[in-house]
Amino acid sequence: MAKSEIRGKRKRKQFTGSDEIISLTNVSKAYATGAPALNGVNLHIQKGEFVFIVGDSGSGKSTMIKLLLRELVPTSGEINVMGYDLVRIRHRKIPKFRRNLGIVFQDFRLLKDRNVYENVAFAQRIVQVPSKDIKRNVPSILATVGLAGKYKAKPRQLSGGEQQRVAIARALVNRPSILLADEPTGNLDPKNSWEIMKLLEQINENGTTVLVVTHNREIVNAMQKRVVTMKKGVIVSDEEKGVYIDED
Amino acid sequence: MRISTFFYTIKQGCINIFRNKWFTLASIATIGACLFLFGLFYAIIANFQNIVKTAQEGVSVTVFFDEGISQERIEEIGTLIDKRPEVSKKEFISADEAWEGFKEEYLGEYADGFTENPLADSASYEIYLNDVSMQPALVTYLEGVDGIRLVNRSEVTASTLTGVNALIAYVSVGIIAILFAVSIFLISNTVMIGISVRKEEISIMKYIGATDFFVRSPFVIEGMLIGAIGALIPVGIIYVLYNKVIEYIMVEFSTLTQLLSFLSVDEIFGILLSVSVLMGVGIGFLGSMITVRKHLRV
Ligand SMILES: Nc1ncnc2c1ncn2[C@@H]1O[C@H](COP(=O)(O)OP(=O)(O)OP(=O)(O)O)[C@@H](O)[C@H]1O
Ligand SMILES: [Mg+2]
Repeated sequence: MAKSEIRGKRKRKQFTGSDEIISLTNVSKAYATGAPALNGVNLHIQKGEFVFIVGDSGSGKSTMIKLLLRELVPTSGEINVMGYDLVRIRHRKIPKFRRNLGIVFQDFRLLKDRNVYENVAFAQRIVQVPSKDIKRNVPSILATVGLAGKYKAKPRQLSGGEQQRVAIARALVNRPSILLADEPTGNLDPKNSWEIMKLLEQINENGTTVLVVTHNREIVNAMQKRVVTMKKGVIVSDEEKGVYIDED
Repeated sequence: MRISTFFYTIKQGCINIFRNKWFTLASIATIGACLFLFGLFYAIIANFQNIVKTAQEGVSVTVFFDEGISQERIEEIGTLIDKRPEVSKKEFISADEAWEGFKEEYLGEYADGFTENPLADSASYEIYLNDVSMQPALVTYLEGVDGIRLVNRSEVTASTLTGVNALIAYVSVGIIAILFAVSIFLISNTVMIGISVRKEEISIMKYIGATDFFVRSPFVIEGMLIGAIGALIPVGIIYVLYNKVIEYIMVEFSTLTQLLSFLSVDEIFGILLSVSVLMGVGIGFLGSMITVRKHLRV
């Protein structure tokens, strides 16, 4: 009885909406094999920030993103996102939690058998938005990402940049508080990479907290945002208006 | 759940069905075969039971009395018989009636030669039973009653009918159970293929925040639709075949038709249709639910 009371109190630290939206405290994650992917990570992100996460291959960036989506549970430490305690969250509360997040991957992950409109509408159907609202929201978000004329195309008829825009539209259509992007420009040429990053910046300017994992040195250096650098599972640097640190 | 969500789920279930056509077809075929056999057994059992029932209605025990028995004793015996739970009805046949019947049936115009009733001691009770299986108990009882000279019964018919009836029931229940297991297994496989084909879509749905229920529903609906389609086809086939078979038996084995009274297709079809669809949908639900619970750890 007492235990469940404690759990109830701890489960949802009151989210005031003012400052901290993501917090990792002493977070470690070890997979079944190999060295720990994350080792005692502390990271605090305020509402409305734009943060780059950079680092060598295998340094634990994707692992961190997966912990923030509650796809993985940390081996130890505390994670709090928007007031949700991701270590103790109940399984059936996870969907509700994830509706606050927009997620974008390197490989777009669009539904190949559905057109652009359906791919975006899909996200709204899942959260049970009424049809008439879907018909209004989807064209509006497609216009935001610059795809107004392409809503009948299937993913394979689009360029990589266009496909990533569809994925971003899908991530944004439910108006998430946080956008998590794991190497969103990894498969794109420099021109498209720039356009996508500019789009993410614009989304951030409209109030969404944005976390971008990337290997794109040129863009990171040009955009003058907060840069978190990881190496072998630890944060080795965390700078406002940072730059991409060379490995050596 | 919203109406639009409901229709979306149904639509996705239908799309699943078409997405892996061959497995769907295989599942529909097995469920169809299973329910076809069920329908076949059902038709046979229903008819057999009807035949047994008709035959049972004709099975009777006849009780003859001691010579020179008084009318009061006959009536006393009548009351005793009425009290037995096995008895559905009894009929008194007086010696005169017995003689009249005999004359009519066997003698015709030659009967005029008799001045006295030769069957003077042949008054009897004709007793009809609720259930043939109760016959031995009743016969044993009657043989112990004072004033009864002879109890005639039809032992062979009675025990054979009950025996065959039970055998058919056991065999069919056994075969149907095996077929059900096979159907559930196949549906489960079909749904599993569907899940593995749509792994990516499912993971995207989960990232976006779909509830377990939302992710699982289309697969359960797929299973139930397969079950329903698998049920309707054999019921349709049986409907067409049934009349043809009965017609064939009537023509080819016309001698049997006095013995066998068949049910009309409409008499069995109502139950057959509803039970088959219910079973088909039930199998589909079970098969897909098992798989979804096992392979969709969301
Ligand atoms: N499912 C897994 N099982 C075991 N080890 C894993 C698993 N996923 C990742 N790892 C290991 O954890 C470490 C961190 O992986 P992670 O994917 O987080 O790196 P990353 O920083 O995203 O790299 P990249 O830039 O190449 O995407 C790596 O050593 C990797 O081999
Ligand atoms: Mg990665």
